[in-house]
Amino acid sequence: MTNDPTRFRIVGQNKEKVDARGLLRGKPVFTEDYFPKDALVVKIVHSPYAHARIARIDKSAALGIPGVVDILTHEDVPRIPYTRAGQGYPEPSPYDTVLLDNKMRFVGDTAALVIAENERAARMAVKSLKIDYEVLEPVLDFEKSMSSTAPLVHDEKDSKGIYEPSRNIAAHYEMAIGDVQELLARSPVQIETSYYYPKSQQVALENHCTYAYMDPMERLTIISSTQVPFHARRILSKILQTPPGKIRVIKPRIGSGFGSKQGIITEGYAALACLKTGKPVRLSFNREETFINTYTRHDMRVTVRIGAELDGRVNVIDMYALSNTGAYGDHALTVAMVCGSKTLPLYNKVQGVRFVTDIVYTNLPNAGAYRGYGAPQGLLALDGALDELAARLNRDPLEIKAINSIRQGETSPIFQIMGEGREGVPQIARSCKLGECIDIGKNAFDWEKKRKAYGWDRRTSETVRGVGCALAMQGSGIAKVDMASATLKMNDDGTFNLLVGATDLGTGSDTILSQIAAEALQIPVEKIIVFSSDTDVTPFDVGAYASSTTYVSGNAVLDAAKKVKASILRAAAGIFETDVEKVEVIDGCVKNLTDGKTLTFAEFCTLCFYGANHQQICETGSYVGEESPIPFMATFMEIEIDLKTGKVTPIETVSVVDCGTALNPALAKGQVEGATLQALGTALFEELRFSETGKPINASLFRYKILDRCSFGKITALFAESYEPTGPFGAKSVSEIGIDTPTVALLNAVYHATGLRFHRLPLGSETVFNALKTKQ
Amino acid sequence: MEIRIIVNGAEKRWNVEPGELLIDVLRDNGYKSVKKGCGSADCGTCTVLLDGRAVLSCSVFAASVDGKSIETLEGLGSEQQLHPIQQAFLDASAFQCGFCAPGLIMATKELLEKETVLTEDQIKRELSGNLCRCTGYENQVKAIGGLMEKKREGK
Repeated sequence: MTNDPTRFRIVGQNKEKVDARGLLRGKPVFTEDYFPKDALVVKIVHSPYAHARIARIDKSAALGIPGVVDILTHEDVPRIPYTRAGQGYPEPSPYDTVLLDNKMRFVGDTAALVIAENERAARMAVKSLKIDYEVLEPVLDFEKSMSSTAPLVHDEKDSKGIYEPSRNIAAHYEMAIGDVQELLARSPVQIETSYYYPKSQQVALENHCTYAYMDPMERLTIISSTQVPFHARRILSKILQTPPGKIRVIKPRIGSGFGSKQGIITEGYAALACLKTGKPVRLSFNREETFINTYTRHDMRVTVRIGAELDGRVNVIDMYALSNTGAYGDHALTVAMVCGSKTLPLYNKVQGVRFVTDIVYTNLPNAGAYRGYGAPQGLLALDGALDELAARLNRDPLEIKAINSIRQGETSPIFQIMGEGREGVPQIARSCKLGECIDIGKNAFDWEKKRKAYGWDRRTSETVRGVGCALAMQGSGIAKVDMASATLKMNDDGTFNLLVGATDLGTGSDTILSQIAAEALQIPVEKIIVFSSDTDVTPFDVGAYASSTTYVSGNAVLDAAKKVKASILRAAAGIFETDVEKVEVIDGCVKNLTDGKTLTFAEFCTLCFYGANHQQICETGSYVGEESPIPFMATFMEIEIDLKTGKVTPIETVSVVDCGTALNPALAKGQVEGATLQALGTALFEELRFSETGKPINASLFRYKILDRCSFGKITALFAESYEPTGPFGAKSVSEIGIDTPTVALLNAVYHATGLRFHRLPLGSETVFNALKTKQ
Repeated sequence: MEIRIIVNGAEKRWNVEPGELLIDVLRDNGYKSVKKGCGSADCGTCTVLLDGRAVLSCSVFAASVDGKSIETLEGLGSEQQLHPIQQAFLDASAFQCGFCAPGLIMATKELLEKETVLTEDQIKRELSGNLCRCTGYENQVKAIGGLMEKKREGK
């Protein structure tokens, strides 16, 4: 095994995605493809009110419909408070949810479940179920949620872990280093600014769906579109009062998730229906349900105060985030903490820093995990504030951000103070090529030339152009929390089964984990047969979130590979009747160094199975990060504004990422490009909107637009590769960071173009048009 | 009612209900490559070819395709030999989760079978109804652009 990137043979190569051929041939590999035709259909009866109590339910008409099997309401299940958030145990989210409740907390909340023999009967039953509601006043504006007159979203007595239910505060956190007030007061330049990040949605193209059945041994089996199969098993066990050993959760191929599938949502309802009926059941959300009943981004107002010197050096940063978790507190505390913990250490030269956050309930759909997990919200305000500082000082914003940002070998005390929902761990940036990211991007984008060439004074009669930049950081898993494991089992044809709990949701993690195993064992990647995410078969892994898979699961695979190699050497020494030091593994063979005799892995493993020293070569490795190595990124964006309409069009986006070793550059590039597009969508038009009574207005792909392939100009993803010494073959994470910067880079570019500073996303044409009219 | 159709070259007689949609009938009969991303003709994942034209099968009544010919992704390529579009997508890393791929590949097939050779901008416009959330679209457009180039050269 080598640590020298120039000698890598498998990693660092664009190896074919291991699941590619099946996917390209349309094989039935997604959850819905496993649905048998005759499985019972489960549908949700949704609350028509944003805030209401169920007074009375009359099932008779609905149950009388031919084909309707059962209807389940809060009267049919015990109240077991839990959180749907698919996090490690104990979850840092409040236990403020029960599977079926008598109180409705947003339009679309689950009032009842219908189980029927077919779609049509289920749909008719949903319409026919009579529910009388006692309608309550809702709180829909998250900035008014904490007021003493606001109605209480969670007034139930049995919830646990809500910070202050009497003020609608799901969670609260604060930390300070240094005397922030004093540092602000004695800084010659002060900036105070607030930014609003919208309630956008992940829009994974595959809707959430679950198939549940009892296997012949009467064990509950769940095939589901989930990012967190092991957490799903644990949480289902709790709410269904069924031992984990009686539950099996299988994740097939997933039509992406971006965090929206890091919750136990369709699984709970399908599993309940399956246990109640004893029959196979299927539950598929339609697109509207995926918008409303899964997760959204936590919309936030983030206020940043900066105290700086006249030369642009920042003395102190003070950040306050007001976060809207909607009806339930899934991921509430942790997302808000990441808002600070994965943005503030980027500017580590400060003498003081403070972060305070309140996460409040409203009668709106649930926020939860979404790629970036708070960092995009924090960065919008932090980078925006630094851009405002540069404007105040009449300096190049890139220079202001560069001189204040972290470099290799440096640290920030925030790492130790802030983890996710708990204390963090001290760490230094062992690998950091942020400076290179800046330089490479600056040149590739032609930053300085474009900064001079564009701006309000250089507008044409029809258009004006501008450029903006932003820097970002993320993490690689949650240190000392996220655990992954992998099993490698040798076969008598020289192949290896690689069993991983890690959850490939379209990202390509099965591929890079295979590459890691192949590199470590010095065999072609085709010799690795990867199988992921089946709680009966694969060892434990927390799942796909927190940018953890490459680093944490990757290190687990590396650990397994090292152990397997050691086992092979031991067994080979036995076969060769020599010392273990006299045996070597080379190019898929074991070699006796004393006499030069070699056996291929196939010959060797056949001897292991059928020779004198019978044994199965099989080892399990596991890993928990001692640290959460930081990927870095610099983004540069050029936009054009149509002066007649106010429409902002991205012309070019260049992002340069330091993700350590890019284990599969094509897949890494895909992560950055895809994240860039998601962020541009949020910057330009993605936001869930609601009526005055809390009814969703645009919960369809017709009204909630995501970017198609025409409207975003050119995107370039480049890499400034570093070598992370604690990572598998030098790798850090790459999946989330790309979404952090484009939003704020776009606002910064609009400022450069017009001199107008916008503080709220998405930035619609109308807003720009009206502001331009005032300006002209 | 019974419909007689040709699916991927094979004749089929299927009983369908009035009001049943083509996507559901295809999936119920094992053509699982046809994906339902929205059910409202907004995402393109259910694209199939109907007499050679790309249609959104979530918006076509099954009863209306009687006597017609349908192509789905199941009809393209084999284990030994991928279809050129599949191969181009593979070579260009044009997809991640693969959920949008079946619809996009079928829409691409229609474009390639048209007489005209499209420019990159035209490809983008023609395929703007096939959404993808994972990639940045760039590699897809590159893959299809390459296929157009081959078509121009008459390969």
